[in-house]
Amino acid sequence: MRVRLLDIAHARSGDKGDTANVGVIALQPRWYEVLDQFVTRKRVADHFRGMIEGDVERYELPNLNALNFLLHGALDGGGTLSLKTDAQGKVFSTALLRMVIDVPDAEAKRLGLPAAG
Amino acid sequence: MKEVVRVAAGQGFWGDDLDAPRRQVEGGPIDYLMLDYLAEVTMSILQKQKERDPSLGYARDFVGAVESVLPAVLDRGVKVIANAGGVNPPACAAAVKAAADGRGGKGKLRIGVVTGDDLLSRLDTLMAQGHPLSNMETGEPLSGVRDRVLSANAYIGSEPIVEALEGGANIVITGRSTDTALTMGPLRHEFGWGAKGWDHLAAGIVAGHIIECGAQCSGGNCLYDWRSIPDLANVGYPLVEARADGSFVVTKHPKTGGRVSVQTVTEQLVYEMGDPHAYITPDVIADFTTIRLAPDGENRVRVSGIKGKPPTDKLKVSVAYRAGFKAVGTLVYAWPDALEKAQLADRILHERLDRLGLKFEHILSEFVGASATHGTLAGDQRNAPEVQLRFGVRGQDRAAVERFTREIAPLVLNGPPSVTGFAGGRPKVEEIVAYWPALIDKAVVKTRVDIIQ
Repeated sequence: MRVRLLDIAHARSGDKGDTANVGVIALQPRWYEVLDQFVTRKRVADHFRGMIEGDVERYELPNLNALNFLLHGALDGGGTLSLKTDAQGKVFSTALLRMVIDVPDAEAKRLGLPAAG
Repeated sequence: MKEVVRVAAGQGFWGDDLDAPRRQVEGGPIDYLMLDYLAEVTMSILQKQKERDPSLGYARDFVGAVESVLPAVLDRGVKVIANAGGVNPPACAAAVKAAADGRGGKGKLRIGVVTGDDLLSRLDTLMAQGHPLSNMETGEPLSGVRDRVLSANAYIGSEPIVEALEGGANIVITGRSTDTALTMGPLRHEFGWGAKGWDHLAAGIVAGHIIECGAQCSGGNCLYDWRSIPDLANVGYPLVEARADGSFVVTKHPKTGGRVSVQTVTEQLVYEMGDPHAYITPDVIADFTTIRLAPDGENRVRVSGIKGKPPTDKLKVSVAYRAGFKAVGTLVYAWPDALEKAQLADRILHERLDRLGLKFEHILSEFVGASATHGTLAGDQRNAPEVQLRFGVRGQDRAAVERFTREIAPLVLNGPPSVTGFAGGRPKVEEIVAYWPALIDKAVVKTRVDIIQ
């Protein structure tokens, strides 16, 4: 089943120099395992291809039902050097929530995941 | 020892709600009011002000904030901790004292002034002694931009704030303290947390991180169920009710808007996070993967379980330097074919700049309404009702950037049709003050605390 992250997670993003961070948080604790399994470092790097220049790092925070992604080279130089509207990476959060993942039907049913519209 | 110590946040950055400090002292019981004024670029703005007038260089909003909470400080013993001192904490203290003296505070205030974070006058000596202050992101030594440096400050920890409180200060003014130290200082002072009580110190850091951005943990900028968050026009700023064991509750005053929930606090916890296992501060390294959150009644979240480990022997240094000039011009194109028209205008602008022989380090075009924030992820926007072309240039040559700003308006008559939104006039040329993060040995930074009465 196709599942959109916006329907199973919320997020906040910010900056550190030219790196944007996106914290993605499961809307229900039991959905964290879906984030952990399907929102991989590589999947996020593919999602943002063409939008960021550097690597992606991923960290797990099971205690908060959250993943933290660092998107390097995302902010056109960052800080005051950046010419971007989103120079501080504030809305990379919802850009990540656009991602649609494929979850096996049985698992999606077991966890009560909403299907992407 | 108090069983519960209440630290309230009244300012999340310089420019935040001027009325929030007063609401925090009047809305319910608190012991400390914490005000964070400093962002990365703020120090350089303050340094420029100090160059023009040696009695300036601090966050002037703070003087008004102290005036608005003075009755609580004098009559109820609320103490105020702020990094409002910027690059001139003594001048900030003098201004606060003068304002308070005129409002019945004469002889009743003890202002703790923390200095020693300012490294600007020591830079050449430090570099000569073998501290390269290399850029943490690029590895380049500071010598490359030395002649363009405006300010240089070490991020200092909670130690001098504790010292000031132990000296009886009821107002503590620092320069470039870490944001989190402003919350940690009072907790260490009240609970006697030692310099090696890593778990306690880590709890103080997490408490500070949660409230340092003001209402961003109490319903502001919260994506989770955002439509249902009540009364943001009267948003309640956060406070922590801390206990000696390192656990604390995040909450806000009654009869305020916004929300404190596990979700609002979690969003703030992940904000600007790097490696969650190692949130590095001068006092301690906090492990954010150990934080436990639990609901504790309406608008209350209990935080516990936090673990910490010893800090490094370095301090982070924030250097600001002049990095050239920039300008951003915009034009709005309307349906039909708004995006296509904006794209044509973009190509024309590029060609004009080429023909004029203007050279820039960087040019960025964005199409607001189509792809500026989410790029190609936003999908096909050819049918958008309007699209704003946002065209920015950056370079060392001020004259070239200036010349660019005159190329926008002519496009209204010379370019693609259905254009509007140019009433603001020519774009403004801005000098760029950029941020250079570096590390320095802790041992070379000596803080000092003075108490003035």
